[in-house]
Amino acid sequence: MSIMGTRVRRVEDPVFLTRGATYTDDLTDERLSGALHLTFVRSPMAHARITSVDATAAREAPGVVAVITAEEMDLEPTKHFPAVPDAMARPWLAKDVVRFVGEPVAAVLTEQAYQGEDAAELVEVDYDPLPVVTTLKQAATDETLLFPEAGTNFAVPSFGNDDFSDDLFEGCEVVVTREIVNQRVAAAPLETRGAAAAWGEDGRVTLFLSTQNAQQSKGEVAGWLGVDPAQVHVITPDVGGGFGAKIGADPEFALVAWAARHVKRPVRWNESRSENMTGMLQGRAQLQTITIGGNRDGKVLAYRLDVLADAGAYPRIGTALPTFTRMMAGGVYDIPKVETRARVLVTNTTSTGAYRGAGRPEATAAIERAFDLFAAEIGMDVAEVRKRNVPPPDAFPFTNKGGAQYDTGEYAKAIDTVLEAGGYQALRAEQKARRERGDVMQLGIGLSCFVEITAGGMAAEDATVEVHADGTVTVLTGTSPHGQGHATAWAMLASEKLGIPVEKITVKHGDTDLIPKGVGTMGSRSLQSGGVAVYNAAGELADLAKQRAAELLEASVDDLEVAEGEVRVAGTGTGITLAQLAEKDQLRVETHWDQQLPTFPFGAHLAVVELDTESGKAVVEKIITIDDAGTILNPLLAEGQRHGGIAQGIAQALLEEVVYDADGNPLTATFADYGIPSAAELPSFTLLTMETPTHLNPIGAKGIGEAGTIGATPAVQSAVCDAVAHLGIRHIDMPATPLRVWEAINAAQNGTATTNGSDA
Amino acid sequence: MIPVGFAYERPSSVDGALALLAEHGEEASVMAGGHSLLPVMKLRLAAPELIIDISKLSELSYVKVDGDEVAIGSGTKHRTVEASEVLAAEAPLLAAVARTVGDPQVRHRGTIGGSLAHADPASDLPAAVLALGGTVVLRSPRGTRSVPITEFYTGVFSSVKEPDELIVEIRVPRTGGAGWAYEKFTRRANDWAVVGVAVVDGRVGLVNMGQTPLRATATEEALAAGASIADAAALADQGTEPPEDLAGTREYRRHLARVLTKRALTTAAGG
Ligand SMILES: Cc1cc2nc3c(=O)[nH]c(=O)nc-3n(C[C@H](O)[C@H](O)[C@H](O)COP(=O)(O)OP(=O)(O)OC[C@H]3O[C@@H](n4cnc5c(N)ncnc54)[C@H](O)[C@@H]3O)c2cc1C
Repeated sequence: MSIMGTRVRRVEDPVFLTRGATYTDDLTDERLSGALHLTFVRSPMAHARITSVDATAAREAPGVVAVITAEEMDLEPTKHFPAVPDAMARPWLAKDVVRFVGEPVAAVLTEQAYQGEDAAELVEVDYDPLPVVTTLKQAATDETLLFPEAGTNFAVPSFGNDDFSDDLFEGCEVVVTREIVNQRVAAAPLETRGAAAAWGEDGRVTLFLSTQNAQQSKGEVAGWLGVDPAQVHVITPDVGGGFGAKIGADPEFALVAWAARHVKRPVRWNESRSENMTGMLQGRAQLQTITIGGNRDGKVLAYRLDVLADAGAYPRIGTALPTFTRMMAGGVYDIPKVETRARVLVTNTTSTGAYRGAGRPEATAAIERAFDLFAAEIGMDVAEVRKRNVPPPDAFPFTNKGGAQYDTGEYAKAIDTVLEAGGYQALRAEQKARRERGDVMQLGIGLSCFVEITAGGMAAEDATVEVHADGTVTVLTGTSPHGQGHATAWAMLASEKLGIPVEKITVKHGDTDLIPKGVGTMGSRSLQSGGVAVYNAAGELADLAKQRAAELLEASVDDLEVAEGEVRVAGTGTGITLAQLAEKDQLRVETHWDQQLPTFPFGAHLAVVELDTESGKAVVEKIITIDDAGTILNPLLAEGQRHGGIAQGIAQALLEEVVYDADGNPLTATFADYGIPSAAELPSFTLLTMETPTHLNPIGAKGIGEAGTIGATPAVQSAVCDAVAHLGIRHIDMPATPLRVWEAINAAQNGTATTNGSDA
Repeated sequence: MIPVGFAYERPSSVDGALALLAEHGEEASVMAGGHSLLPVMKLRLAAPELIIDISKLSELSYVKVDGDEVAIGSGTKHRTVEASEVLAAEAPLLAAVARTVGDPQVRHRGTIGGSLAHADPASDLPAAVLALGGTVVLRSPRGTRSVPITEFYTGVFSSVKEPDELIVEIRVPRTGGAGWAYEKFTRRANDWAVVGVAVVDGRVGLVNMGQTPLRATATEEALAAGASIADAAALADQGTEPPEDLAGTREYRRHLARVLTKRALTTAAGG
């Protein structure tokens, strides 16, 4: 029986649940013995000129081996995103100006970790405050510049249409426009960032990094340090979550490596939670203007998405993500005319990067809001409007107006399935009854339908599979699991082809000496790239084994089959085990797989909230989801990905937001203030199954890591808005906190609410 | 997230703790559960030179009936208060309020004495003791004194407790037969109250509505004069100046106080 599609339990878990994982900070590797601890002195000011840095007292503090300031640093400021003005390069330690709260100004190296915090307090930095830019609209005026030499705050003046056409909405009976916020959120992985560096006698550095891709990190750090990549050996220990914010290397990693070389001793750094909440890349942070036009029969004719995106103080990967937002702007819909534009700005805030969905959730949130607003304007059911505008299954492959080619999809079916499972008609009846009774607790129903892009722009990966003489198997992969369960899934894929049980298969990753080539784990890419590479490698290994066995067994290759770890002559008792073959000659296959194109998972989410109209608090009662990611390899792992994704989606809709005050001080730098959810804020999820395979790879799998977040966020936001729609409210920005909902209700009752709808 | 260095003592008796406090005064900090003290030390907002650990003093941990009152040792953990059969019978409000504090880990560490001493107007237990009309018993080498909770608090994080005094006991009247309710409004289950309202026997205590825990006097007077719950609750925010933060504006907190008071009074009345 095939192991594919079965609920194999995670082989990772026994260790995690007993001894615990070994994160970078837990390492007892002998290369790190005698390591110094690095503590950053970080800017408490969002924008200021540094007038002096005095480390004299700190240098004399107990345990201090060195204090590094910009004076000592010989690395040139570096751009962390190519296509931005040169002036937006980031210094490794701030020299003249600091541009966000949390920017490293100095680094203290001490024998013990605790001595570092004491000494860091003694580094005296004098700041002369500069005017602060915290909002996108402020930044866009270019009145206060973060980088005067750049002459502008625009990191990217415009992706896409520079000028919008005047006639986009011509012929539309109804046009609705609105500004909406896709707020900044923190990735907040449970393991904060960490790095450790040790230089060897041979002039090579071993870097232990908490990252989502060792190989990319190696190249980046080597480039920043100006050394040959061959001099850099990156190892990723267990990684406790990343959500996109651990893609690649962080500037701090290079500083750790540089410091270790500078003092000729190993150095380790592990940040605190407060440091993480200002230092680590944050996500989303878009201000969107959506305009949708169509006819009263429900047909949408044109859509425009205009995005202002926040890169934070120093442009990094977040600068690129609006291109995904633009590409996926039209969502699941077949809209005749779509125009998009994205402009990216710097502000005195933490830099932005990828966060679960990375550009696609922002597209989905915008178009789904637009459809709700359009439906409200023409007075049509939200599900009906959606179904009238999705392409039918036979329209695939379907090329959207952003140029993305959707491989397979059955959008109307996904919508119908969640509606039926959720008892949509009954929910609407219940809602009507509560409205008529004027209940304090109102019901809100939100629907979203989404398509997303997985393995976008990076669909190739290598794999090596080797059977050893003792019958065990080693799999080497360039993907970089940090909670996803590749050790289990990749073992299943090899097991399927070799008939060797998963217990005998070890999956290795994240060591650049052992595995020089690899792309890593992000963008919901791993199974369809790295997983398929393993599947193919194991298949090729089975073929190789057959060829070798054919000679030994004096049989034709065509008569041979591989089963239960053995090459057998079909229909006879004769055969030879893979282990025996490995004893004679190394039995190892290395292969490269390139899917070439991304895949497009899709789904529908139906969220039901109960909203207390007196306090404004919304509680998600139910969420019923389809997250169709093609053929599912292991339902247990897939459900885990959906659970986490949905939780983060609900959290963005209701709870999470990184907030700065007008002076650029972060107000949400602890978990007491920042709204990460707990299980208590979440309902049990109803996960429905739908599997529409892709033709782009042999196992039919698309990605599932981010789907839950992409679908859940707009569904829940929509449900909250729906719960108070009868009061005349059309939209509430995320997170729909009790305060914000109460203020919306108040405004509606005082007649100050705007519906932003207009008949054309 | 590493505190400034400090010395540590763990006296074996209350007298020992008092002697240390007398000797070191304001340089020292008593630590009970440590769940308010340690976070501020880790953020380096407090840096006591000496920690006097009283968490192991079993003589401070008890719940017992004493005449018309229930006496609770200051070192009694929230979890013990929550599960106490004596309190369930004699002051069920207190047990119910303790159950809403933080999460189980917090409740297994934090103490009622620490919570009252910390004097955070956003804490749940001070307002509950206030609604109950309780008393705080303080001891120092100079002697023992009882302060009605109505006179205990002087501002945010401040009270009439002298630096050399320990809270040794909290006393609340036996109110087993009275109607009671606690309405705690939070964004997340484990959060601190945006606003909380404790009601028992016609008295109303407010959480996070000002510099100290407050009584909704206007509501109480209206109720005593025979007003309806709705009318009395509409006065709950009178005279309050609640704090403003991300969870709530002043207006919102005042609104919540009215809504929650109405709900708590309704529940307390058996509705
Ligand atoms: C994650 C988290 C969530 C929380 N959530 C809530 C919540 O929802 N509601 C709530 O009310 N509280 C909450 N708390 C606070 C918790 O209840 C604390 O335990 C309590 O406020 C302090 O009690 P403690 O015993 O830990 O005191 P400690 O932290 O040990 O001490 C606090 C202060 O009181 C002083 N002190 C302690 N005992 C005495 C004494 N006997 N005599 C004189 N002075 C003394 C100390 O010197 C110190 O200044 C939370 C705490 C945490 C960490």
